[in-house]
Amino acid sequence: MDKVIEIKNLSFNYPDGHQGLKNADLNVYPGENMAVIGPNGAGKSTLLLHLNGILRGNSTVKICGLAVEEKNLKEIRKKVGLIFQNPEDQLFSLNVFDDVAFGPINMGYSELEVKQRVTQALEWVGMAGYEQRSPHHLSVGEKKRIAIATVLSLNPEILVIDEPTSNLDPRSKWSLIELLMQLPMTKIIATHDLELVRALCGRTVVMDEGKIVADGNTEDILDDVTLLKTHGLAH
Amino acid sequence: MKHSFIDEYSGLDSFIHRLDPRTKLIASLAFIVAVVLTPASNWRVFAFCFCIIVALLIFSKLPPIYVMKRSLAIFPFVLLIAVFIPFFKEGEVAGSYNIWMWQVSVTYSGLFILANVVVKAWLCILALILLSSTTRLADLLKGLKQLGVPQVMILILSFMYRYIFVLVDEVMRMQQARDSRNFGGRRLHQLKTIGNMVGTLFIRSYERGERIYAAMLARGFDGQVRTLHKLSFRQADAYFGAVFCLMLIFPCVMWW
Repeated sequence: MDKVIEIKNLSFNYPDGHQGLKNADLNVYPGENMAVIGPNGAGKSTLLLHLNGILRGNSTVKICGLAVEEKNLKEIRKKVGLIFQNPEDQLFSLNVFDDVAFGPINMGYSELEVKQRVTQALEWVGMAGYEQRSPHHLSVGEKKRIAIATVLSLNPEILVIDEPTSNLDPRSKWSLIELLMQLPMTKIIATHDLELVRALCGRTVVMDEGKIVADGNTEDILDDVTLLKTHGLAH
Repeated sequence: MKHSFIDEYSGLDSFIHRLDPRTKLIASLAFIVAVVLTPASNWRVFAFCFCIIVALLIFSKLPPIYVMKRSLAIFPFVLLIAVFIPFFKEGEVAGSYNIWMWQVSVTYSGLFILANVVVKAWLCILALILLSSTTRLADLLKGLKQLGVPQVMILILSFMYRYIFVLVDEVMRMQQARDSRNFGGRRLHQLKTIGNMVGTLFIRSYERGERIYAAMLARGFDGQVRTLHKLSFRQADAYFGAVFCLMLIFPCVMWW
C-alpha cells in the first residue's frame, strides 16, 4: 500500500536548544486511525507540526509521496488538515463563516465553491446555521466542532488533531468522538485521553522525550501496563 | 465568561441596519465634521443635529436606555480634559472660590465653552453609537477596507476585536488566582505582583500570536488576505445619502 505519511530519521531542535524530536521513524497508511500518546513534553505536538511543514527538521517528511518543501507547501496543506489544541487559536475570524472559509479562499477556490465547502463542512460537524455567529459566543464543544470544520472545508486526506477532547465534559467528548468516527479520512490524533484512543484508534504510537518508543496495535499497547507506567501514562 | 459587545444590537433589522456600511461610515464622518465645525453660539444647529440623530436612533430600533448608557461612557474623558477650561478662560467672573491657598475664579465664557465641548462630544458619540450598533463589526471593517483603509489596519482591528475578550478573560483568571493567594502584604509587594501579571500577559499574548499564525499557515495563509463577497450599494443607500446630505446642509443655509 502507498504510505500517506513517511518519516525517516527525523530530528528537530527548538531554538532554545531543547531537542523536540530524536530520530523519529513513522509510516502511516491510508485510512488508518493512529493515536500518538505520551507524557507532557514528549514531542507529540512537535511531531504533528512537522506533518504540514509548520516546523521542518533535518530530514524529509513525505506526505502522499510529496516531500515537505517550500514548493509543495500549498499542496501539502490542502492534503493535511491540522487542528490545534486550543480552538481559541484556531478560530481567529470575526464570525464562523469567515473562519471556515479561510482555508478554501487561500487555496483560490471560486466564490461559489467556497460557499459550498463551508456549508458542507458545517453540516459535517453538525453546526449548520452557525455561519454568522461570533466564535467568542460559542461553548467549548461548539468551538471544537467549528475548529474541525475549518479544516474539513479543505477536504483533506489526512486529519491531524492535537488533543481533540481536552477541556470537554464527557457528553461533548463522546459526541465529538462519534463525529470523528464518521469522518472517513486518515486520522492522526495526539492525546492523553486513553478512552478516546481505545474508542477511535486502531494503532497507537507512544512517544517519550522526543523518541518514538512503541508503535503497534492499540489493544496491545494499552494492555501493556509496564510500558504505560514507564512512560507516565498509567499510575 | 460573557462580555457585552460593541456591536451588540447589530443583529436587529431596520432600514439603517440594512444600509451599506460605507454609506453609514461616510454619513457618520460628515455628521461629526458638521457638528465640530459649527460655531459655538449656534445653538439652533446643535438642536437640529440632535433631532436628526434622535430620529435615526428611533428608526434603528435601538433600546434608548442602552444608547443613553453607552453615550455616558464618554463623559469622564471629556470632563477630564475640559473641566479646567472655565478656570483658565478670561472674561466675566461667574464665581470665585478659595481653595486652600489659591484663589480660583470661574468665568462665564469658560463655562460656555465647557458646555459647548460637552454637547459636541455627546452628539458625536451618539452618531458613533448609531454607527457601531447598527453595523456588524465584520461588515464595518469590510466597508473601511473598500474605502481604502490599509489592510494592516483592518487586520489589527479585526484581531483586536476577536481577542480582546480572550485577553480580558485571561486577566480575570490571573486576578482570581492572585486574590486567592493574597494575604495582604505591603503596597510595594502588590505593585510587584501587578508588574509580573502585566509581563506574563504580554508573554502569553505573544505566544498566542505565534500559535494563531501557525494555525493560519496550516490553512494555506501566505501573507495575502483574501475576502469573499464585496459590498454593494443599493438604491436605499443613494436615497439615504442624498437626504442626509441635504439635512446637514440645511442649517448652514438657514442659520449661518
